[in-house]
Amino acid sequence: MPAETTIDPATAFAGIPRSPGSAKSDPILVAEHINRHFGGLTAVDVEHLQVQRGVITALIGPNGAGKTTFFNVLTGFDRPDSGEWRFDGQSLKGMPAYRVARSGMVRTFQLTKALAKLTVLENMRLGATQQRGERLVNAMFRPRWRQQEKEITERAYGLLERFQLAGMANEFAGSLSGGQRKLLEMARALMVQPKLVMLDEPMAGVNPALKQSLLGHVRSLPDDGMTVLFVEHDMDVVRDISDWVVVMAEGRIISEGPPTSVMGDQRVIDAYLGAHHDAPLTVEEEEQVLREAEQIEAVRAEETRE
Amino acid sequence: MDWGPLFTNSLEAAIGPVAITYCLAAIGLNIHFGYTGLLNFGQAAFMAIGGYGLGAAVVTFGVPFVLALLIGFGGTAVLAVLLGLPTLRLRTDYLAITTLAAAEIIRQVLGSLTLEPWLGGKDGRQGFAATVRDLNPFSGPVDLGIVGFRPFDAWVILIGWLAIALSCLVVWLLMRSPWGRVLKGIREDEDAVRALGKNVYGYKMQALMLGGLFGCVAGFMMGVSRSSVVPDNFQTDLTFFAFCVLLLGGAARVFGPVVGAILLWGMLNVLGNFFGQATSGPNPIIPTWIMDSNQSSLVRFIVLGIALMLLMIYRPQGIFGDKRELAIHAR
Repeated sequence: MPAETTIDPATAFAGIPRSPGSAKSDPILVAEHINRHFGGLTAVDVEHLQVQRGVITALIGPNGAGKTTFFNVLTGFDRPDSGEWRFDGQSLKGMPAYRVARSGMVRTFQLTKALAKLTVLENMRLGATQQRGERLVNAMFRPRWRQQEKEITERAYGLLERFQLAGMANEFAGSLSGGQRKLLEMARALMVQPKLVMLDEPMAGVNPALKQSLLGHVRSLPDDGMTVLFVEHDMDVVRDISDWVVVMAEGRIISEGPPTSVMGDQRVIDAYLGAHHDAPLTVEEEEQVLREAEQIEAVRAEETRE
Repeated sequence: MDWGPLFTNSLEAAIGPVAITYCLAAIGLNIHFGYTGLLNFGQAAFMAIGGYGLGAAVVTFGVPFVLALLIGFGGTAVLAVLLGLPTLRLRTDYLAITTLAAAEIIRQVLGSLTLEPWLGGKDGRQGFAATVRDLNPFSGPVDLGIVGFRPFDAWVILIGWLAIALSCLVVWLLMRSPWGRVLKGIREDEDAVRALGKNVYGYKMQALMLGGLFGCVAGFMMGVSRSSVVPDNFQTDLTFFAFCVLLLGGAARVFGPVVGAILLWGMLNVLGNFFGQATSGPNPIIPTWIMDSNQSSLVRFIVLGIALMLLMIYRPQGIFGDKRELAIHAR
């Protein structure tokens, strides 16, 4: 990845209005009118969103705000009921997940998906794209893919060194700790050589010691010319590494801006704590909330079964 | 107890045409289930299309033997696509149900009255192995010291083991390649593989087709060794015995199906011979109030079932499995 494309966050966001859906100077991802319903529930209802190239953008919001669903829609793992979105000028609407990844937009998952019975090194090699040996006609004949495999292996070791996993290269991925799996998943995503890295809760379940190194890795991605969009709950993490924050609540984008300004935004505070968070809930209100939560769960379960 | 014949019979069964047939079927299932994680419960269908493709083409339509083999392969490939198109997007358990149903449908159709003029109904097709018989290099019985075979059996066994050797070579070459790596990745977590830009659906289709082709070869083997195909050969228990072979030997291992087939058919015969001898004669070793000679051939399946259960409990990776993989419970 060329380093000269590095963008200074301060200049990138100069003069950008701090309002939901604001236009960026150089957007890598543009989403419009994205709607996703689960039965009667509107999980995602995003009017307009632009993600600035070359910086780290955080997507935050209370539980059930639709962040992961939005992620799934953008990366082709879920289909929206309506909406258009373009990545680097190319429309991704209706594109299957694997082609989204090939176009340079690679995601990780909230629940890590380390391929347990493959070694760490094999996990990494799998990430490389355009492998000749992955075509059935070439697979049986090693000379046709040996050289490329060597190059891929070198690249994999380079990344493993950087993520401090080189010593584990020949261990099964299933024997790694939770934090190491997060590292592996991120390193594996980088094997795809993405332009945009989408991280779904990269810090969830990671111990504090490993968190620091993981943070360092995420922060270094823009230096290599990559753009990062990540979902996170941990506000310290968000404040620490993000250049721009997008806040979702109840499927909509309610606020945008630099971390410090967003966290003081009254709409964001209301979304997290409730508009009347100083008034105690009545018993009826509490039951209403519980009922709604159960309905959402039931609908979700229904959808996943399909 | 007469141990000589017991040993000889069992050894003959362990390397005989039946064991070969199941071994080839299990090699196909190994690609489906062992490497890709596709729970195909319809391997019998692929075998049936292979066997009938060969049998009907030769007997009904007078097609040359080699061309008939190609017809069998072609039919299997078509079946894989027809079966895969709607089902490969489904979750594993749904795939299992659909393939199981499809195999039964195909068996019923093959034996149906409507198709009787071409496929022979319940009697199937006979006498299409003449070409194989003519090429037989063995003029007399083949005696290998401990075991001996009639000339045609010996010839079929030789061809069968060559086919197994070639199949194992193909599987080994494929599974050490990046292509095999993608399949194993899909087995572990297909969404992760999708997120890395691999066309998971396409790979599953290739795996289904390739494993089906090995099933087809098993169908040829079955047909040629018996010189006949009948619908009842291709019942669902055929698939489940092939799964037994695979799990016994160890899934996702190149030689798993080979070891499994030898062991399963060897063991069945050891047990059958043992119980047969122990319950026969005027003064049997096992008293008649426990079992009589009529029951003895069934008892072997009970014992085998228990043995398989014990194996799955204490060595779930099979004989050949990798112990390191066992320590992993998390996904």
